[in-house]
Amino acid sequence: MREFAGTGKLFRLALRRDRIVATVWVLGLFLYAYSQAASIIALYPTQADLDQLARTAAGVGANPAVVAIQGPAYDASTYGGATAWQLVTPWVFLIGLMSMFLVTRHTRQEEETGRAELVSAGVVGRYAWLAAGLLFVLAVNAVLVAITALAFIAMGLPAAGSVALVVACGLNGLVFAGVAAITVQVTQYARPANGMAFAVLGAAFLLRAIGDSAAELSWLSWLSPIGWAERFRPFAGEQWWVLLLPLALILVLLVAVAALLVRRDQGAGVLPVRLGPSAASPRLRSPLALAWRLQRGALLGWTIGVAIAGLSFGAIAQDMVQAANEDPETAKMFARLGGTGSIADIFLAAILSWIGMLAAAYAVQAILRLRSEETELRAEPVLSTSVPRIGWAGSHLLVAAVGSAVLLATGGLVAGVAHGLRAGDLGGELPRVLGGALVQLPAVWVMAGIGAALFGLLPRLVVGGTWAVLGIVLSITTFGELLRLDQWALDLSPFAHLPRVPAAEFTATPLAWLAVVALALGAAGLAGFRRRDLVSGA
Amino acid sequence: MTATAIAVSGLVKTFGPTRALDGLDLTVNTGEVHGFLGPNGAGKTTTLRILLGLLRANAGTARLLGGDPWKDAVALHRRLAYVPGEVNLWPNLSGGEVIDLLGRLRGGLDPRRRADLLERFQLDPRKKGRAYSKGNRQKVALVAALASDVELLVLDEPTSGLDPLMETVFQDCMEEERTAGRTVLLSSHILAEAEKLCDRLSIIREGRVVETGTLAEMRHLTRTLVHADLERPAAGLDKLPGVHDLQVNGTDGTRVSCQVDTAELGGFLRRLTDYGVRDLVSQPPTLEELFLRHYEAATPGGNGQATREGARR
Repeated sequence: MREFAGTGKLFRLALRRDRIVATVWVLGLFLYAYSQAASIIALYPTQADLDQLARTAAGVGANPAVVAIQGPAYDASTYGGATAWQLVTPWVFLIGLMSMFLVTRHTRQEEETGRAELVSAGVVGRYAWLAAGLLFVLAVNAVLVAITALAFIAMGLPAAGSVALVVACGLNGLVFAGVAAITVQVTQYARPANGMAFAVLGAAFLLRAIGDSAAELSWLSWLSPIGWAERFRPFAGEQWWVLLLPLALILVLLVAVAALLVRRDQGAGVLPVRLGPSAASPRLRSPLALAWRLQRGALLGWTIGVAIAGLSFGAIAQDMVQAANEDPETAKMFARLGGTGSIADIFLAAILSWIGMLAAAYAVQAILRLRSEETELRAEPVLSTSVPRIGWAGSHLLVAAVGSAVLLATGGLVAGVAHGLRAGDLGGELPRVLGGALVQLPAVWVMAGIGAALFGLLPRLVVGGTWAVLGIVLSITTFGELLRLDQWALDLSPFAHLPRVPAAEFTATPLAWLAVVALALGAAGLAGFRRRDLVSGA
Repeated sequence: MTATAIAVSGLVKTFGPTRALDGLDLTVNTGEVHGFLGPNGAGKTTTLRILLGLLRANAGTARLLGGDPWKDAVALHRRLAYVPGEVNLWPNLSGGEVIDLLGRLRGGLDPRRRADLLERFQLDPRKKGRAYSKGNRQKVALVAALASDVELLVLDEPTSGLDPLMETVFQDCMEEERTAGRTVLLSSHILAEAEKLCDRLSIIREGRVVETGTLAEMRHLTRTLVHADLERPAAGLDKLPGVHDLQVNGTDGTRVSCQVDTAELGGFLRRLTDYGVRDLVSQPPTLEELFLRHYEAATPGGNGQATREGARR
């Protein structure tokens, strides 16, 4: 047991260090679960409503794209079963995400910053850091599932099913804590360790997405812990033996991690550090080349995400027509979304607007790179070379502007091809859907322009301010009509002025105006940045 | 080429309520290695950032290589290289990539000199930015600056993360820069380093330059701390010129310690041997002690001239 000396003290250190971070995670995931159950109970007050939902789940649920995102519905005719259908798949994913971040944070990150070295010189066993980190994650998960189960029972859901659901989700989420425990042994730095663990999580999600949506490949779901949580069937005839799978896997991971841990030095990884090139490629010679180099990874990730979203939603547009024909409620819902075209067009216009908001989030994130480069003192060496300020800031603006165009084009292209193939009219549908995606661009640029203007004129507020403005715009655009906001308030969102292509006619005037606003904001930001001091010191 | 590389007068810079620079004057001649000395927080980095056009002065004038550091920043930056005090690198770019990038953005890099410097500083250019220690990040910036073909080097505490071996390499490099006729403005808070490297010094305190000149001109500023163990009690040491803060310890008065103006040290030591020296320790003055004396003298009233008089006392 000497190897575990100090575990208790380090566990308490983790509790103290993360009392806010862990609380935010637990509360966020709890509220997510709670709101899923609560909204189902509120939206479907009678058993007849629930039966209706179960029929929709059987119809919509059979659609491959919905199943890929949400998982299979085993029994949506009870509150518990419907909650499980809505909750399990995304919740396990998020619990896995939380668990792996927390493990990395309390093990590899402590080593990378050198804090672990300071502590390990005391009476601290070889396994103590890892043991304390895993115990901490276990405790956080235990609190989360306990309060969630209590809340479900308090809402009137069956106790057995409630406990079964949270245990299945928590346990399968913990598997990813074990995965992260491995990756932090393998690499020397927290970021790649998180990246590798996230890749495993993403692969687990994709495996079950394919397995769930294609009957002949359903065995794939059995390869994924997220698939195990689904197949445990909470509220729909629980299959308790499925819990043996995550338990066994966690055990295997722990044995493996113990073997890896003794094979490496403090501060080092099992893998040798990968070296980079000893000289820069001839193209890395301008601020634009640097901005592209720094931002290309993020753009690639966003593009993949948008492509998956475009594929999923493009593929189901045609099913919406059928759903609306069979169910007058669905038809009414579409009528509320607005527009004059067919049900498929209205659905596509709504989805493309949603992809537009994703692109706006990307653009804001890309613009804010300017500020982090400045505050982390990486702008200073560049700006003390012969790079003009406008050239440096403009390079990042250009990457954000072109990058958001790439995102929209990708989303429109993939959704258009998917919808066109299913509708049997690729040549006719693709340009309409692609056009519907590209009309979002001026509104996305306005959001980027707001970030650029704040960066130049009110740099202290740029990070919080730009995200806040984006959040408000997205809320107005998404919920504004439901909240019965006044027209002037709705008009504050740049997205409100876009023509709802393909559900409405294309009009160029509002797009031109938005583009002018975006350019003016960007120019104001650059002019402000040229006149102001660079941030001083850390 | 003008004879003055840097001419600054009356520079004022405020950050909110704090007055970081308070009428700073600084002159650096072309071709000299100029030490810019002061404790942390005195305004060294702020001055350098204004000279680089990263900050804008509230008042005063600054000329750098004959141009305006704010308006002509881009043109001037082709002719100078800067090493920040705190070097942060991009985590996923290798050191070699950063050296090449910064060199190219400045307008070119001498590949032979780059290879030579990498070897002398024992820097592996293939490591990624996140893998370098503070000292190695500093080396990356130093190699990028020293391998550039520029007239002026602006270095902000460049040795603060280097080990003693690497400090020697850096000192050799500075010697080569001097031979090559490049102008260097080197900020530091270590007097010994500046003594070794610099032709002239400027000492900054609370946003003003309080002393400037060659080290010889500043002899009056340097005092040596002497502790001696004598065979017989000494008398009359306090009457000697240049002796300050004399303290006599030990039951029989044979242990003395005092500060002696460096210029008067010879006379003092000759006198000391009259009493039989059993043990002698002498310490060169640290910059901190120097400043302490400036501070003591400047507390009432306090302009540059008074400070100067106070230092002579």
